[in-house]
Amino acid sequence: MSDFVSEFWNLFVTGIVVLSLIWIVWFVRGQTTSKLKPGQKAEVIQKAWDGDLQELNNPLPRWWLSLFYLTIVFAVIYLALYPGLGTYKGYYGWSSRGQLQAEQEQATKKYGPIFDKFLKQDLKTVAANPEARETGKRLFLTYCSQCHGSDAAGARGFPNLTDNDWLYGGDPDTIKTTISNGRGGVMPAWGPVLGEQGVKDVANYVLSLSGSKHDAKLAAAGKDKFATFCAACHMPDGKGMQALGAPNLTDKIWLYGGSEATIIETITKGRNGHMPAQLEKLGEAKVHLLAAFVYGLSQPQTK
Amino acid sequence: MADQKQTVIPITPAVEVEQSLLAVKQKIYPRAVHGWFANWRIALVVFTQLVYYGMPWLTWDKRQAVLFDLAARKFYILGLVLWPQDFIYLTGLLVISALSLFLFTAVAGRLWCGYSCPQTVYTEIFMWIARKIEGDRPKQIKLDQMPWNAEKIGKKTAKHMLWLALAFWTGFTFVGYFVPIKELAVSFVQWTLGSWEIFWIFFYGFATYGNAGFMREQVCIYMCPYGRFQSVMFDADTLTVTYDSKRGEPRGSRSKSVDRQTAQIGDCVDCGICVQVCPTDIDIRDGLQYECIGCAACIDACDQVMDKIGYPRGLIRYTTENVIQGKYTDQNILAHALRPRTIIYSMVLTTIISVFAYTLFNRVPLRVDAIRDRIAIRETGEGLIENVYRLQIINMDDKSHRYAISVAGLPGIKIADQVSSFEVATLQNFDAVLHLQVDPALVKTPSSPVQFKVQAMDNPKLTKIVKATFLSH
Repeated sequence: MSDFVSEFWNLFVTGIVVLSLIWIVWFVRGQTTSKLKPGQKAEVIQKAWDGDLQELNNPLPRWWLSLFYLTIVFAVIYLALYPGLGTYKGYYGWSSRGQLQAEQEQATKKYGPIFDKFLKQDLKTVAANPEARETGKRLFLTYCSQCHGSDAAGARGFPNLTDNDWLYGGDPDTIKTTISNGRGGVMPAWGPVLGEQGVKDVANYVLSLSGSKHDAKLAAAGKDKFATFCAACHMPDGKGMQALGAPNLTDKIWLYGGSEATIIETITKGRNGHMPAQLEKLGEAKVHLLAAFVYGLSQPQTK
Repeated sequence: MADQKQTVIPITPAVEVEQSLLAVKQKIYPRAVHGWFANWRIALVVFTQLVYYGMPWLTWDKRQAVLFDLAARKFYILGLVLWPQDFIYLTGLLVISALSLFLFTAVAGRLWCGYSCPQTVYTEIFMWIARKIEGDRPKQIKLDQMPWNAEKIGKKTAKHMLWLALAFWTGFTFVGYFVPIKELAVSFVQWTLGSWEIFWIFFYGFATYGNAGFMREQVCIYMCPYGRFQSVMFDADTLTVTYDSKRGEPRGSRSKSVDRQTAQIGDCVDCGICVQVCPTDIDIRDGLQYECIGCAACIDACDQVMDKIGYPRGLIRYTTENVIQGKYTDQNILAHALRPRTIIYSMVLTTIISVFAYTLFNRVPLRVDAIRDRIAIRETGEGLIENVYRLQIINMDDKSHRYAISVAGLPGIKIADQVSSFEVATLQNFDAVLHLQVDPALVKTPSSPVQFKVQAMDNPKLTKIVKATFLSH
């Protein structure tokens, strides 16, 4: 794959390389002899100044020159075998991408059987296997901990994976789907529709659903608005809809925060949560192990 | 006619002549030397090679005593296991080597070059082999000038076979410092060596053969940088191999009974043996030259000749420029060895060696890194602020330990996990995930430094304290 867009550069680079090699050989050969007048010494370039200072050109050892010519021969052979002359790939067709691919293939051959062993088993079996849990933990720390935390307990905007509270479903296969294909948790912005007071009312009604501190009057005002606008996704009872990823509003687990101000912000501006798809990057075997690991996090550990 | 003068007009060519500017290496045949300095050289050859060839075969705790396991990234030196994180000790070692080099070069010249450099040592061994097979200098010269007959073919083959065998053994030993040598020997016999091992054995072996068999003084004269900058490490009080020209000149051969004072000749009988024994083919009587590697072969040779004709030794000897210039006598050389340059080198060297030895022997084979999770800080149900940390514990000791972790730095700070001690196997690293919780009312600043202490439960001396940051806003 060439990054050059014009054939000119290929010729330019090739030309410079070839000409440089030829020039170097010609130049060095020229330095190996010297035309001397009779009586003139080869070693002395400039005669004495400051009393007894002379500039000398002491002869180079012949073996040094032979080694130098050897490097030129090496260069020519190298350029025939490896890329260097413009876009010519070299006889070996080596490229850094190709080297990476070869190493990845080797790694797959070496580590593949370990992962495939678990891929054949169902997720609950894998989750119970301590060796698989160790591998899963290491994978998690490498790929998932940046958002979900080293302890998988999440952060604001990133779900807690240890609390057995699931936006899209907590059975092993659903977890695997979430990891493989990603999720987009989109909540529309209701600010323009409800208006500032309407948002406050709905926020207080939502707080009342989980038994949190709220203003009863505002909550009563928000109840109808909730049924009109929110129940479509969050269900009339507020228990959420896993098919859509609409959270359960009746528990005290809040993805973005459970204070009145935060809930007002959520309703006003909406939310756009994004879980990236991991299947293409990690491959099914690693996703399988990760799904089992994540599933195991919310299960009681039997030791 | 005899009395007819013929004017001879010399005809000089008016044209320029093209001349080659290459120096073709002339083969040097150093003559064998015996004497006090030669014995020291032999002793050092024996000592250095016993160490070099012998060390890989020693064992320590069921493993090779000295092994630089590059693949596993561990350097084993007797009881010490050094990790890449201990690279600072290598740096320290190199600094110490450099400073000691400066020190003893300032005192007595090119001691490294003449007595202990591998180039010198292997050249001497190869020359000894050559002398055993081909004879001393006159015999070697004669053999080279001879046409190729059975004797010459036989001797040359034998010499090169022995050279190649020794070179191969040297290359093999070299790789034996990186791959356990006993396994290497077994794989070699079974011809199951890896391609890199084969490459390095033959590369290093070929380099030994080439350098000690052929290149010899070309390395010292052209390649080695030490030869070039040794002149800046000398001063007028440095002991160097010196020809006492005041005593020796004018030189010339004479009979033993001649009285030197009346004949007005110097002690040098112009035997040329000092030139014959020189491995770099210089004449020390021309003065100190950069090609001189300070091997003192000429000293031994001249002393022998002086003994034979009854003159005092020391016509060529270790002395200083100031002595030659008459500033003081040979008796005061040692007093002048103690001067600002050498004193400062010694002090710096002593300090660095002490620090090096102290840190090495008090090295705790435990390494801990604390990394705070970059996710947003959490507030727990009870209103405490929680930060999550990943502690990477590397057990560099040769047995497993259980490490207890504690934390300090903020009032009331505690580890919220039920388990705060972890078992880490020998030479393994382990990732521990910990939660620190603090009452926000007790924290004044948004960012505060905290310290984790990781201590082995079975050996309180194995402790490391590592700093981290706690964010409360």
